[in-house]
Amino acid sequence: MSLPAVRTDYINATKGWKSWLTTLDHKRIGIMYLLFIAISFGLGGFFALALRMELLNPGKLLFTAKQYNQLFTLHGAVMVFLFIVPSIPASLGNFLLPLQIGAKDVAFPRMNLMSFYLYLFGAVFCVYSMVAGAADTGWTFYTPYSITTSTSVISMTLGAFILGFSSIFTGLNFIVTIHKMRAPGMTWFRMPLMVWALYATAIIQVLATPVLGITLLLLIIERVAGIGIFDPALGGDPVLFQHFFWFYSHPAVYIMILPAMGVMSELVTTFCKKNIFGYKMIAYSSLAIAIISFLVWGHHLFVSGQSDYAAMIFSLLTYLVAIPSAVKIFNWIATMYQGEIDLKAPFLYFLAFLFLFSIGGFTGIMLGSLSLDVYLHDTYFVVAHFHYVMMGGTVMAFLGGLHYWWPKMFGRMYSEGAAFVAWLFIMVGFNMVFFTQFLLGTKGMPRRYYSYLDQFQPLHAFSTSGTWVLTVGFLIMAFYLVESLLNGKQAPDNPWGGLTLEWTTQSPPITENFLDTPIVDCGPYEYDKVKV
Amino acid sequence: MDNKIVNESLIAGKGWFPADVSTFGNYVDSLYSFILWVSVILFVAITIVVVTFVLKYRKRPGYVQPGGEHITHNTKLELAWTVPPLILCLFVFYWGFTGFLDMSVAPKNGEEIHVVGKKWIWQFEYKNGTKTLSEMVVPVNTPIILVMTSEDVLHSFYSPNMRIKRDVVPNRYTKIWFQATRTGNFQIFCTEFCGDGHSQMQGTIRVVSAEEYKDWLANSGSADDGLPLEKLGEKVYSAKGCVACHSIDGSAMVGPSWKGTWGTSRPMTGGGSVIMDENYVKESVNYPIAKVVQGYQPVMPSYKGLLSDREIDGVIAYLKTLK
Repeated sequence: MSLPAVRTDYINATKGWKSWLTTLDHKRIGIMYLLFIAISFGLGGFFALALRMELLNPGKLLFTAKQYNQLFTLHGAVMVFLFIVPSIPASLGNFLLPLQIGAKDVAFPRMNLMSFYLYLFGAVFCVYSMVAGAADTGWTFYTPYSITTSTSVISMTLGAFILGFSSIFTGLNFIVTIHKMRAPGMTWFRMPLMVWALYATAIIQVLATPVLGITLLLLIIERVAGIGIFDPALGGDPVLFQHFFWFYSHPAVYIMILPAMGVMSELVTTFCKKNIFGYKMIAYSSLAIAIISFLVWGHHLFVSGQSDYAAMIFSLLTYLVAIPSAVKIFNWIATMYQGEIDLKAPFLYFLAFLFLFSIGGFTGIMLGSLSLDVYLHDTYFVVAHFHYVMMGGTVMAFLGGLHYWWPKMFGRMYSEGAAFVAWLFIMVGFNMVFFTQFLLGTKGMPRRYYSYLDQFQPLHAFSTSGTWVLTVGFLIMAFYLVESLLNGKQAPDNPWGGLTLEWTTQSPPITENFLDTPIVDCGPYEYDKVKV
Repeated sequence: MDNKIVNESLIAGKGWFPADVSTFGNYVDSLYSFILWVSVILFVAITIVVVTFVLKYRKRPGYVQPGGEHITHNTKLELAWTVPPLILCLFVFYWGFTGFLDMSVAPKNGEEIHVVGKKWIWQFEYKNGTKTLSEMVVPVNTPIILVMTSEDVLHSFYSPNMRIKRDVVPNRYTKIWFQATRTGNFQIFCTEFCGDGHSQMQGTIRVVSAEEYKDWLANSGSADDGLPLEKLGEKVYSAKGCVACHSIDGSAMVGPSWKGTWGTSRPMTGGGSVIMDENYVKESVNYPIAKVVQGYQPVMPSYKGLLSDREIDGVIAYLKTLK
């Protein structure tokens, strides 16, 4: 090895588990988040495997109807609240944000640690709900079913309520950090686009999450005290719950996707060695998406009986929010023009996002159309659509970002060959599982069905077999990533030739991030001016 | 599992769609095809560009990245990929919206049917007081207006063939209408999650000619008079929703299985036991919550007034055959 064997970095600066549990270092907090987010993904994935197994044939295979309903509820709740909402911002974002803007830490390090403990505390409630008669309402907790079911809805919603605070804390911290802690010379338009994306995300986290908190609190009050808010038997209005719920949960979709788009901008510039095409358009489109995302929640309620005029306006606004997303896709593709494209694992996930998210977007156009949504609403078409957006979009970008920043986070390289094989399995498996579900939905197969008509069986079986391919892909990935931690080659400071500030410090960085405060005098991706 | 005959109607459509049998079908299907083909063309175009770039500009021995300042703006290009998609989106919005208005505004001369959703059966009530369970009989080429409400949680009335869907909400009425263009049996699904029996909350729309409909409405129910009791009970079991919660093969579903229970002693919730005899069955049909078998929830809806005495006798006769 040419590099010195031991250098001081944030990992070996202090020793012992106590030094981790009480750390205020944003990098360590990001790593701890990453660990629990990975565990949550594994757990949610396990539930998905189990419920797809049940759907191998109509009628009972392994579980009763109630157990199946609990499985898809747990899959949804774990994946949304414990995995995908915190995934990129809390793990990669926490690790990177101060590094990318040349700061020593986030603005409020103690609040950052608090947000991590709130995450764990909320997770405890969710896990408690799993063992104490898991909720069977679906992750949407629609009333009045969620008020009348005997399962442990309260602990699950309380968990989501607490996790909401964790999310708000992260968002607040990021907003203040971005405003106040940028390195000298880093103007707003010299920030990496990942930072713009995290900023837009943080705005939604801070403004929308309280509404979810209030809604879940009202639900708990109604269940405990019998005060009529959503339950018609008590004089409440069940559709009101849907409005409240989606007022958070639709913007939350953008909490999930905006950071992923930030990662995409980083990947395309580094692996094409190109300055980004349309920097300002990408930055502004993040903000545009963040704002319009507050005004489209009603497209989840097209068949709920809401007024036709409301439906019309929500449909129109839904199409407006599609445009900034499409613009970003075109900008990334234009960035590839005349580049030097390096097909390393992170860029493979960039390509995966590009294709899968586009399919998610096109099918979103179908669902946004009122008379077509009447037919497709609550069928497998919707299930396939949001998995293409969430898993095909966010998860692919998350994996791309994870591989991209892995050497920076742990100072180790992973096996590029194994990464390619895992990527192949994941791509094939994903499309087997979910493209099939577009067909099922178009044929009229409703979602959340324990049993189904015999004619759907071949497609269901094919979809289920895809989950096994997908699992193999993720197992390979888990294996080579752990292997890299144990025996990986030591990573250079800048293995990919990135230009953003995190690549100017050592891998892994020292606790204070930089030896000297960086001074910024150009944009983040000026590959035409700098030679790496 | 059940209702094998009605399922046939779901597969006999053009392309991936179930057969189009209502006046909405053509509209919805053309909109779908339009968006699908525009999407396919755009997706193929994107793929060609991306693959070309990857092949042409990929890092390889002998390849030198073009020098000079990188292009980071091109107003014409940016307008070209922003404005046409916007216009296309607005066009699709307009197309979707006008069709939606047609679906929402029912014609005045329609035949009104009252629909009640409850865990886990569909109940239909006609103007003359006729009530049916799980099967809705309607005349062909006549607008049918469904006025719907729920007795418990949210449900959603979905007929893939008619291309209609609308939530069924407790304490509130929702409306939807359709006009069938041909006769046959067509599937009804519940598409709003409503608990353990959700996937069994199915039904049939039986579209018949106008004359047949008139006759049916005038002597509804009498068609079953000729059936032997056991056969009648078997029919009630699958047609009136029992199948959603009670198996006949011994497996426990939401409710206890019917197999091998006749004449046995059944342990009750809250202690004691009851012999499964004629009186217990009749009581359980009309007042299901009065005596609940141990290990099950008191969730069965009352069938009081929904099954005739002869139909209850049929169920009893059918139970006796399930050894």
